[in-house]
Amino acid sequence: MIRPDERRGASRALETAAAWVLGVLWILPLVYAVWTAFHPREYSAKFVVTAPLTLQNFAEAWNAAPFARYFVNTFVLVTVVLAAQLVLCTLAAYAFARFAFVGRELVFLLVLVQLMIMPDVLIVQNYRTMALLGILDTVFAIGLPYMASAFGIFLLRQTFKTVPKELDEAARVEGAGVLETLWKVYVPLAKPVYIAYALVSVSYHWNNFLWPLIVTNSVTSRPVTVGLQVFSSGDQGVDWSVITAATLMTSAPLLLAFLLFQRQFVQSFMRAGIR
Amino acid sequence: MKHVTGWLLVLPAAVLLATFTHVPAVATLWTSLHSTPKKNRPAIWVGLDNYQAMLADPVFWQSLKNNAWFALGTIPTSIALALAMAWLVNAKLSGRGFLRMSYFTPTVLPMIAVANIWLFFYTPGYGLVDRAVNLLGFGGSHNWLGTQSTVLLCLIIVTIWKEAGFFMIFYLAALQGIAPALGEAASIEGAGRWYVFRRVTFPLLMPTTMFVLINAVINSFRLVDHIVVMTKGGPDNASSLLLYYVYDVGFKFWDTAYAAALTMVLLGILAALAIGQFLFLERRIHYQ
Repeated sequence: MIRPDERRGASRALETAAAWVLGVLWILPLVYAVWTAFHPREYSAKFVVTAPLTLQNFAEAWNAAPFARYFVNTFVLVTVVLAAQLVLCTLAAYAFARFAFVGRELVFLLVLVQLMIMPDVLIVQNYRTMALLGILDTVFAIGLPYMASAFGIFLLRQTFKTVPKELDEAARVEGAGVLETLWKVYVPLAKPVYIAYALVSVSYHWNNFLWPLIVTNSVTSRPVTVGLQVFSSGDQGVDWSVITAATLMTSAPLLLAFLLFQRQFVQSFMRAGIR
Repeated sequence: MKHVTGWLLVLPAAVLLATFTHVPAVATLWTSLHSTPKKNRPAIWVGLDNYQAMLADPVFWQSLKNNAWFALGTIPTSIALALAMAWLVNAKLSGRGFLRMSYFTPTVLPMIAVANIWLFFYTPGYGLVDRAVNLLGFGGSHNWLGTQSTVLLCLIIVTIWKEAGFFMIFYLAALQGIAPALGEAASIEGAGRWYVFRRVTFPLLMPTTMFVLINAVINSFRLVDHIVVMTKGGPDNASSLLLYYVYDVGFKFWDTAYAAALTMVLLGILAALAIGQFLFLERRIHYQ
């Protein structure tokens, strides 16, 4: 006869085993990529403990393409987009949360449309718009369609609505204007939401690929994702060690940030997702 | 005064949103009803010609079919895995921190980086997948991405690997919000864990499942980065998804009018989803 707690123990052990099998499977591709990138070519598919470590692959990748420029472009892109998003979304969210203006409900509904129909899908028409504006092949054109974000407006509106109206009124009584009230009362209280939004936005735009691929055409505007694609699909032969090194290099800043601030990241993605 | 201030605050965001979401959506419809302008032939009104061409275009149907299979292949599996992962790491078990990190890490990587790494794994003869297959006793080299029957499955696996950990965190948050007393009460009554999960936990997770499901469906129509890197829609369109076909038609053949017509199908699918979600949310509000 098996006692219930014994059976429970067995099922727990089974669950732990399952969790570990999944965990190893999930991390394996990354571990393998790291192995390939940090070892000489002849060990890229041969696992020997004594294989010498090397940074040669990274050096080769770095010298073979203007990655420094790509990094600068991505950095500028991510910063500009985030800055614009924070300003525009904060203003709009404040209006939606606290001003009963004519047409508010309708406009808000129209804003929410962007949650479903993202700029990612309207590539053909947005490309024409950029051509019309004469800003094709610029970092600005990559970021422009994303600067007003329905997601950011929605998230901040929900947060601003939870701010007690008394605080708002008290600030007004003391003579603060609209923007001053927003800046001194609402923004500080929404700090965790700003951090969450910023992390999600930065990861999204660091990783974005299809739209930047379409609007950029030269080294001066390409972000790292597009640069990586140009590099690895070019005539490098198929040197997987170097391509893997380049791949890891382009993901490294985000990956390191994630490993250092894991809790922040997971909580941010969670906070941003649950609305 | 209140009206003016409200509008002034909304205006910058509203103008940008309209310029890059609403106007292009309407303009896409307009473009799709015209011909593609050529060097000395401006666009002319052609009515539904582009749509008729679309109905007769085997690549369109193939892409639509591929997209349906891709959605069916990725969504249920990644949601089930996400739920399993969340369930597992929500319990006390050794190495929980490592496991959470391991599940979530693919989410932080760019899809294009992920695609590059997996491209290497699928390399015939030399890649990890073929070597694993050889270890199991099936010799030879397989062109996984170059074969019509396996290419879509390969992409599905990559997508599941990338997305499951992302969906996991929503389940994890939801699980942590469920009072443990519920499960304890049920198990005192003699209910097994599986029974508690099926009858208590899973129904309580329904809103999360809906949320994740909608996101998964949108992603299956929106994300084609890995296709650009790994297969370019090939071989013979066997891995072409709808948005990838739009990209191909619009930016390789520069047939903007036809690409616009294809985009309209995509917009139609997303709009249907939006309406479905709206109706569902309405219902949920009534429950409360």
